Amino acid sequence: MKLLHSTRSVLQRLLRSPGSALALLFLLGITLAAILADFLPLNPYAQKLVNALNGPSAANWFGTDEVGRDILARVVFGARTSLLTAAGAVAIAAVIGVPIGLVAGFFGGWRDATLMRFVDVLLALPAILFAMAMIAVLGRSQVAALIAVGITGIPSFARITRAQVLSLRRRDFVTAVEAFGGSSAYNMFRTILPNSWSPIFVQIVVLCSVAILLEAALSFLGVGVAPPTPSWGEMLRTGKSYLHEAPYYAVLPGIVLTLTILSFDTIGRALAGILENRSEVVTPAKVGGTP
Amino acid sequence: MADAGAARPDMDPKSVPVLSVRDLKVEFTGSGRAVPVVRGVDFDVYANEVLCIVGESGSGKSVTSLAITGLLPETARVSGSIRLGKLEVIGAEPETLRQMRGRDVGFIFQDPTTTLNPVLPVGRQITEGQVAHGLLAKGEAQKRAAELLREVDIADPEGRVAQYPHQFSGGMRQRAVIAMAMAGQPNLIIADEPTTALDVTVQAQVLAVLARRQAETGAAVILITHDLGVVAEVADRVAVMYGGRIVETGPVAELFRSPRHPYTRALLRSIPRIDTTDARLDPIPGQPPTPSALPTGCSFHPRCALAVGRARCSGEEPSLRVVNELQQAACHYADEIPVASVVATPREAAGGATPPANPLLVVDDLKVHFPVRSSILRRTIGWVRAVDGVSLSVRPGETVSLVGESGCGKTTTGRAIMGLIGATGGDIRFEGQSIVGLERAQMRKARRQMQYIFQDPYASLNPVLTVEDIVAEPLRIHGIYDEMGGAPRIAELFDMVGLSRSMLGRYPSEFSGGQKQRIGIARALALKPRLLILDEPVAALDVSIQAQVINLLQDLQRELGLGYLFIAHNLSVVRHISDRVAVMYLGRIVEESGRDTLYDQPIHPYTQSLLSAAPVPDPAVRDSRRRIVLEGEIPNPAKPPSGCTFHPRCFRATERCRSEAPVFAAYPGLETRTSCHHAGPLSVVAERQLEAAR
Repeated sequence: MKLLHSTRSVLQRLLRSPGSALALLFLLGITLAAILADFLPLNPYAQKLVNALNGPSAANWFGTDEVGRDILARVVFGARTSLLTAAGAVAIAAVIGVPIGLVAGFFGGWRDATLMRFVDVLLALPAILFAMAMIAVLGRSQVAALIAVGITGIPSFARITRAQVLSLRRRDFVTAVEAFGGSSAYNMFRTILPNSWSPIFVQIVVLCSVAILLEAALSFLGVGVAPPTPSWGEMLRTGKSYLHEAPYYAVLPGIVLTLTILSFDTIGRALAGILENRSEVVTPAKVGGTP
Repeated sequence: MADAGAARPDMDPKSVPVLSVRDLKVEFTGSGRAVPVVRGVDFDVYANEVLCIVGESGSGKSVTSLAITGLLPETARVSGSIRLGKLEVIGAEPETLRQMRGRDVGFIFQDPTTTLNPVLPVGRQITEGQVAHGLLAKGEAQKRAAELLREVDIADPEGRVAQYPHQFSGGMRQRAVIAMAMAGQPNLIIADEPTTALDVTVQAQVLAVLARRQAETGAAVILITHDLGVVAEVADRVAVMYGGRIVETGPVAELFRSPRHPYTRALLRSIPRIDTTDARLDPIPGQPPTPSALPTGCSFHPRCALAVGRARCSGEEPSLRVVNELQQAACHYADEIPVASVVATPREAAGGATPPANPLLVVDDLKVHFPVRSSILRRTIGWVRAVDGVSLSVRPGETVSLVGESGCGKTTTGRAIMGLIGATGGDIRFEGQSIVGLERAQMRKARRQMQYIFQDPYASLNPVLTVEDIVAEPLRIHGIYDEMGGAPRIAELFDMVGLSRSMLGRYPSEFSGGQKQRIGIARALALKPRLLILDEPVAALDVSIQAQVINLLQDLQRELGLGYLFIAHNLSVVRHISDRVAVMYLGRIVEESGRDTLYDQPIHPYTQSLLSAAPVPDPAVRDSRRRIVLEGEIPNPAKPPSGCTFHPRCFRATERCRSEAPVFAAYPGLETRTSCHHAGPLSVVAERQLEAAR
């Protein structure tokens, strides 16, 4: 397929700009750390109360928290929580949102009206409030956070896909498939969808940053992943109580969180520029709020 | 526009050119390597003269015109000299150029819909430049705009000045753009494909207005076009561009009578003529060069009949030199080109085919109506009768053409036959079996028998599939890929349409327009259909490529016995390819006949005006031909006129036409069927009698 065929050239063009190259490197590092966390000499749960709230040192690079756990270890394992939640949420959003947009855009009429009103309702709900309500129903767990964040991401995928379908629907190569007898399903999934990947892919990257932020916000509010599972938002929440004695406690995880989101956004923007094949940066629709 | 032979300004030593271009070079430096688009162009234009610059896409003709007005983007590097009066355009201050554009040069762009700003009244736009340059008081602007609109034959100019572009029809918009270009009474008018986006009857109106205004103001005109018919119609002198250079220049009559460059000669030989019937076109082989990959030496040598095996052509670029007292050509061997005329001699006439009796496709009183809905309640408040009772039939091995101007319903007819648009009424039978309202599965089966070829080869191929997958797609959809022969079958289809098998794995973006259309044809043939519906299959292609595709279509028809329903607006192409022709106007067929009968003895006034409006690529006939310039444009099909729908534009209309719709019936003495109360051959006597009867 053309998309795979051009992956290498897209990657090459991404690496050409120093900003996106750095962002890519940072994300690669975070991801590897999250995957290989179990093999690293780090334990996020080992408490050593005598070491509580120690500043950064050779033994604990990021210092320790109020019960003496290594903050670096908790940041690394927290990355796992964040990235997993983000990946799951984006998968849910895309798997539900993209077909909604495809069907709505392709058929139009009452299907379009019904589906898009449903999407509008989702869009009208404040993301954080909705996620909190979901968690209230499902209980406090990573899966609940993941589903909640995922559902709030559906509208952006549905809308982006629908817009793409509308612009492709009347193109001759789609009519051509109809003319030699291809079914609507064939046309939707085999003709239109492969031509719509670029904006959807950009949205995936952008939504990753939104999902990480939303997950952190939920943990920060105390309704995210249940302790003692490490989570960036949770660390910010506890860390803020010790801002005077141990500023590094909240600041260092905060910096990692900021850099991660910044990296996803940088790559998203660069991808949009490259895939749309024009120089100006297109900012895809964003959902959700900031903590 | 005076006779080309008389008073040529370049013969007069005292006259000074309005515009003088010397050694103009333009390079684009967008991505890395500099791409030369214009490579050393010299020409002069004098007052009272029309210079036509002819060329295919990528020949550098539009870039030349933009360089003259200093409108090129910043990535362009321009060198040489462009003198407009006393001003040297290259290197001039932006402010000087701005002054120049308002005062000395008027520009007419190709597409009138995008040239006018949709949110400003037309009148204000026409005089905007004059007001901005302080040449016209604000209070005077409205009056002057109305004056200018009157000069380009727009009815009710006082009422029209306050209207917005969407209230103007396409032809009126282009006339408004001409008025705008003329507003400052410039010495030079540059028109870049001014009629390409217009229908032929409207094109005739617009060219007539342009010619008249030019004669009245004495301005010099540079007209850029790819259409040799338009050139023959309006030019005084012609410059032919190829590969970023002028390859031949001379007065229009001489250039058409005896071209001195092989490219000009080949181009003239490759276009079909509306006034004769040819057996076969002589295409120019290969593709026009792209500026980034120009051949060495003479850029035409890979396609040239004279260059075969000659090292000088591939090694040395010929410069434009004088070949006789009137013409210049850039060819090493210009003397070898026969002086004999190329256009005046009709080539071998095609023999009439004897079609078998049983028609493949019968369309009977087909109607396609689209509802017009109110904006709030979505209630149906009317119907657009896009197709309103069309009947025709196509036999195996036969080409039936459907011609008409845009909006006449010809494409809708084709798509309705294909089942892409639902028919409102009537019947479509394929080999005797009705295919209207078929079940899904049966319709799929029926579709294997007929295929559709699209106008725009750039839009009709899925960009993410390789061309092999594109051609195989219909077979895969029907689940008969292996049954039909799999990969070898695809390769065979490639051979059939004249594409190399080595191209199978490439993507559509790597192909030129002509090659893409071949891929579209290969895909349509994959299912072994018996009928092809061709919707303007060559309209989007370069002139030199059209002949290749037309010849291919004719060869395939002969080999495979295909029936063609050919939808087109280009009357010359239609004459060349058709056996029978049906002329459509506002959703109905107004005249239908055998090709030669229709072209030689048209009896419906619309056919007559359509044929007379089409430009003929032969300057020798431009003053002797009688031209009927139709009033107005095609009416809105949602509100068709009463009686005969053509009566508001018809030169024969009488009271009867206003009230009573004519029936479509055979015309005595000819094989023609027509719907007209006053059908009959175009003759002075008949027109006088009608005049008296009114």
